[in-house]
Amino acid sequence: MSPITPGNYLPSEYLPIMILMIIAGAFGAGALIVGALFRIRRSYREKLMPYESGNPPIGEPRYRFSVKFYIIAMLFVVFDVEAVFLYPWALVYDKIGLYALIEMMLFITVLVVGYIYAWKKEAFKWD
Amino acid sequence: MNVFGMTVPAGFELATSIAIIIVKIAVIVAVTMLHVLYATYFERKVIGHMQVRLGPMRVGYHGILQPFADGIKLFFKEDVVPAEADKTVFKIAPIIPVFATLSAVAVIPFFDGFVIANINVGLLYLFAMSSLAAYGVIMAGWASNSKYSFLGGLRSSAQVISYEVPMGLSLVGVMLLSGSLNLTEIVKAQQQYWFGMYLIPQFLGYFVFMVSAFAETNRTPFDLPEAESELVAGYFVEYSGMRFAFYYAAEYIGMIVMSCVAVICFWGGWTLPPVLVDAVPALAAVPGIVWFLAKVYFHVFLYYWVRATVPRYRYDQLMSLGWKVLLPLALANIVVTSVVKFFAGS
Repeated sequence: MSPITPGNYLPSEYLPIMILMIIAGAFGAGALIVGALFRIRRSYREKLMPYESGNPPIGEPRYRFSVKFYIIAMLFVVFDVEAVFLYPWALVYDKIGLYALIEMMLFITVLVVGYIYAWKKEAFKWD
Repeated sequence: MNVFGMTVPAGFELATSIAIIIVKIAVIVAVTMLHVLYATYFERKVIGHMQVRLGPMRVGYHGILQPFADGIKLFFKEDVVPAEADKTVFKIAPIIPVFATLSAVAVIPFFDGFVIANINVGLLYLFAMSSLAAYGVIMAGWASNSKYSFLGGLRSSAQVISYEVPMGLSLVGVMLLSGSLNLTEIVKAQQQYWFGMYLIPQFLGYFVFMVSAFAETNRTPFDLPEAESELVAGYFVEYSGMRFAFYYAAEYIGMIVMSCVAVICFWGGWTLPPVLVDAVPALAAVPGIVWFLAKVYFHVFLYYWVRATVPRYRYDQLMSLGWKVLLPLALANIVVTSVVKFFAGS
């Protein structure tokens, strides 16, 4: 076994995942393709209209929506990146000890300050 | 290489190991799909009896063949593609959730040593796959070109990303205690306690995880993306036949995967509490898969139980629960766990 270097590392334990992904994708596509051979196709104009409780659709379906969704998306990016920083810290916590504890308390404090600010700015309020 | 006691020439090595992997995967996928079929039956029976009804009774003894009847019906149903839909996206979208949730099964250890891929970043892989499923929902909502779908897709994407944060943070406590992202090692690390599970030191994390899991899989009380009384069926209102069935299947596979993660991270997976095994040594002889499935089915039952009990949340309540309650709880859990672990040593 040669030492693992960037050149020769073969992630062989990921091979089953790749095979499973191929099988899962083939299962999805296969069920649809095989089904297409048996399915009936009898469509008319009314059936192909977007569903709006039986009425003819009014206006554009993709209309303007609340800006709140954008704020949620931005908050998600902030907090999810924080979470990503916490994972490696949690894994090596045993080995680093007090330094890791203090460091992460500072990190979480900064995070909480931002969280309180977002709360005060009513970013989590939805009406 | 040695396969089933026979020595195999080196040229066959890769081929045989791939064949073994494929057989293993085929078995697991088939068993998972069977569980998904019967999870629908189980749900209808459980909710039926909770509402003093009988549930499906006609197809087979006590409706035991109902899932197959449903499956065959959906397979032969017409596949309606709305005239104004974005056809390519509309057709691809249902495959994504099934693909993502089925792929997530790869890292779940069903019992000791039985896992498709024992990778070191199992938990991260699960997170990645569970958030990938949201793409199918967003694509369906956008491509259907219908108001209900569009609103359902928007709501769902906001909901999924909102609950992803507490869910990711709730498992940091488990990572702190076990020092690993490998699911097999997380299960083994829980054996250090006499009660053999992280449920007790991590009850806060478990609570946050379960609530987020309900929201991530779009189950009641957080099924706003498909709130049938206001959005008809939400993002999949325009889908029919097999594509509709795919969304359904993905939801149930997602439910089972989330239950598996809860069992592995908080309930000790396929193991029993050491104190119990010490008291009754005969229990050690029972295969681990029995305990694993029993625990998973308890969680699946929990999903149904909650669905029969709790009314749907309003959208603002959903958002404030995620951001104002679960997120601080998950952060507090991390702080408390790390401080206690530091002072308790270990």
